[in-house]
Amino acid sequence: MADLTLLQAVNSALHEEMTRDDNVVVLGEDVGLNGGVFRATEGLYQKFGAERVMDTPLSESGIIGAAIGMAVYGLKPVPEIQFADFIYPAFDQIVSELAKMRYRSGGDYTSPVVIRTPYGGGIRGGHYHSQSPEAYFCHTPGLQVVIPSNPYDAKGLLKAAIRGEDPVIFMEPKKIYRAFKQDVPEADYVVPIGPANIVREGTDVSIFCYGSMVQVALRAAEKAAESGWNAEIVDLRTLYPLDIETILNSVKKTGRAIVVYEAPKTCGYGAEIAATIAEKAIDYLEAPILRVAGLDTPFPYTLEYVYMPHPARVYRAIQDVMAY
Amino acid sequence: MSMIQEVPTMTTKEKPQRAIPEGLTPFDLKQMYEAMIMTREYDERCFKLQRQGRIGFYAGSFGEEACQIGTAFALEQKDWIFSSYRQPGVAMHRGVPLQTMVNNLFGNAEDIVQGKQMPVHYTHKAHHFLSISSVIGTQVIQAVGCAMAAKVKKDDAVAITYFGDGGTSSNDFHSGMNFAAAMKAPCIFALVNNQYAISIPVQKQTGVEVLADKAKAYGMPGFQVDGNDILAVYKATREAILRARRGEGPTLLELKTYRAGPHSSSDDPSRYRSKEETEYWLKRDPIALFREYLTEMELWTEAWETEIRENAQARLSEAIKIAESLPQPAWETLFDDVYSYVPQALADQKEDILAHESGLELTNEGEFPL
Repeated sequence: MADLTLLQAVNSALHEEMTRDDNVVVLGEDVGLNGGVFRATEGLYQKFGAERVMDTPLSESGIIGAAIGMAVYGLKPVPEIQFADFIYPAFDQIVSELAKMRYRSGGDYTSPVVIRTPYGGGIRGGHYHSQSPEAYFCHTPGLQVVIPSNPYDAKGLLKAAIRGEDPVIFMEPKKIYRAFKQDVPEADYVVPIGPANIVREGTDVSIFCYGSMVQVALRAAEKAAESGWNAEIVDLRTLYPLDIETILNSVKKTGRAIVVYEAPKTCGYGAEIAATIAEKAIDYLEAPILRVAGLDTPFPYTLEYVYMPHPARVYRAIQDVMAY
Repeated sequence: MSMIQEVPTMTTKEKPQRAIPEGLTPFDLKQMYEAMIMTREYDERCFKLQRQGRIGFYAGSFGEEACQIGTAFALEQKDWIFSSYRQPGVAMHRGVPLQTMVNNLFGNAEDIVQGKQMPVHYTHKAHHFLSISSVIGTQVIQAVGCAMAAKVKKDDAVAITYFGDGGTSSNDFHSGMNFAAAMKAPCIFALVNNQYAISIPVQKQTGVEVLADKAKAYGMPGFQVDGNDILAVYKATREAILRARRGEGPTLLELKTYRAGPHSSSDDPSRYRSKEETEYWLKRDPIALFREYLTEMELWTEAWETEIRENAQARLSEAIKIAESLPQPAWETLFDDVYSYVPQALADQKEDILAHESGLELTNEGEFPL
C-alpha cells in the first residue's frame, strides 16, 4: 500500500499502464519535460522518452485530432487537456469524430482515446480555470464520461479507461488533487467503468454526486446526522454509462433524492439523474427531487465560494426534503 | 464571380513527354486512364441515380479525376488515406470494392455501416481508407496523428489526407499543418484546389494568391501542381511520399483543378458562376489531356476506350442492381457500434422501440438541401 494523493494516483496509473503496454502514449501541452502543469505526467518523459510522451503545439483541437489518428493506427493515446476550460477548441474533434468513429465505420475503426482533463472550481481560477463541462460530453453518444472522487478510484478508473475499447473523457477534480491521501494498492487493480459507489450508507435521503462534490456531500451528511437524518451518499464515478440500478435502489430505500454538482444548474447532469428517478421510481418518492448546483452565471473569481455548492447549501436541501 | 485563372506551374502538360515518369510502366499508364474513366462513369451514374430518386444524395468529382488517380497511384498498401467526400476514385483505385461503395449509396443491409452514414461517406478497413466525415478539415489533423503513430511504431507507412480549398480555412488544416511540420510527421497534404467551396470561390476563401505558399509559414515544402495533369500529380505525390519515407517530414501539394460539376446533387452552380468559366475548364478536362498523351504514346485506341467504358458501365449496372435488391438494415442495427457494448440507457431504448414500433409503417420524409 502507498499513501497517495489523487494526483499521485493518476501519475502512478500512467506509469504503470505505459510500462504494461508499449502502445500507450501521452501527449499534450507541457506534459513532457515539465511533467504537466499539475505534475500529473511527472517522470513519464524521463522514463519513456519523447516519442511516447509528446510535448505538442498549443492546440487542443490538434491534440485530440492527432490522438484520434494515433488510435486509429493502433496506439492507445492518453492526451491531456491542461484545463477542461480549454477543451472547447477540441469539441468538434471530440463530438464529431472521436464519439462517432465506431458508429460511422460499422465497428471497423475505433478511437479509444482517453482524454484526461482537470475540471472544476475551488482553486481561485476564475472563468477559465474552473468550469465543469461534463454535461456536454454525456450528451454525446459514443463517449464515456468518468469522474473519480478519491485516489483509489482515480487510479483504478484511469487504468480501466486505458484498457478499455471506447473513448473516455476522464475528468479530474483538481480542487482535491492534493486535498487528502488514501491507501492505494501497489498491486495491479482496476475500478471498472460503470458501477457507482455507495460511499455512505443511509436510510432517509439519497445524495447523488461525483468528483469534488462527494466531500461536500459527506460533510453535509455529518451535519444531517446531528439532526438524526441518515443520508446515503452515492458517488456516481461514471456519468456515462450510468449505473441506473444503484440509483434506483437507493431512492427506493430512502424515498428522497438530491443531486449535487458544481456545473450551472440549468440542463446540468443533475437534471438527467432527476429525470431518470422521476421516470422509473416516482412512486417511491416522498419529496421533490432537488438539485444543488452551481449558479447559472459564468464561473466567478472573488465570490466563487458563493457560486460553489457547499455543505451548508446541501444541508439546506436535506432539511427541505425531510420537512416536505 | 471568380476570375478565370491561368493554369499553374510545375506541369508536364505543355507537350506530352515521351519519357514515362519514374515508377510507372506503359501498363500503369493504361490502368491510370482506366481508373479515371471508371471514376467518371461512377460519378455520372450516381448523379443519375440521385436524379431518379433512387439514392438520396450524391457529391461528384467531375474534373478532379487526375488529382485522385494520380495521388492514389503513388500510394502503397501500407499507407493510410484520410479522405474527404469527393475522392471516390481514390477509394476505388486503392481497392475498396465497387459493391461496397454502391451499398453505401443505398444504405442497405450489406452496407458496411448499415445505412448509418449518408451516401459518399465510405469506409474500408482492409485498405486503410478511414471512414469519411462531412465536417470540413477534421480528417487533416487525424492523418497527421496516424502518421505520427507510424513513426512511433517505426513503420514506414505514410498518411495522405485530401481536402479542398475551403478546407484550408478550417481549424484542423492549421492544426494539422502545424503539428505535422513540428513533429516531422510522414504525412502528405493533398489540397485539391477545385476553386469552389459550394458557391464560395477560392479568391474569397483566402488572401493568398497561391495556396501552396501556406506551406512555407508552417515550415514544410509546398508545391502547386497542375491538378488536371495526372502525371504531374503522380510525380509530385511520389516525391512527397519518398521524402516522408526517408524521414524528411510532410509536404503540402496544392493540386489546382476545377470542380466541373455542382457541389452536390442539391447544388445549382449557375447561381454563382459563369458558363464561360466552366467551359474554359472543361477544355482542360484531365481525361482528355491524358488521352492526348496516351495517343501520342500509342497506348490509346478508340476500341479500347469503348471497351473500358462499356466494362465500367456493366460493372456499375451489376453493382447497382444488387445494391437495389437488398433490403434495408434491420432496426436492431441502429443500436450497434455506438460502444463496444450496449449501455443500459440504450438497451432500454432498443427494447422499447422494438417492442412497440416494429409493426408501424414508418418512412423517411424530406429532401437533403445542401
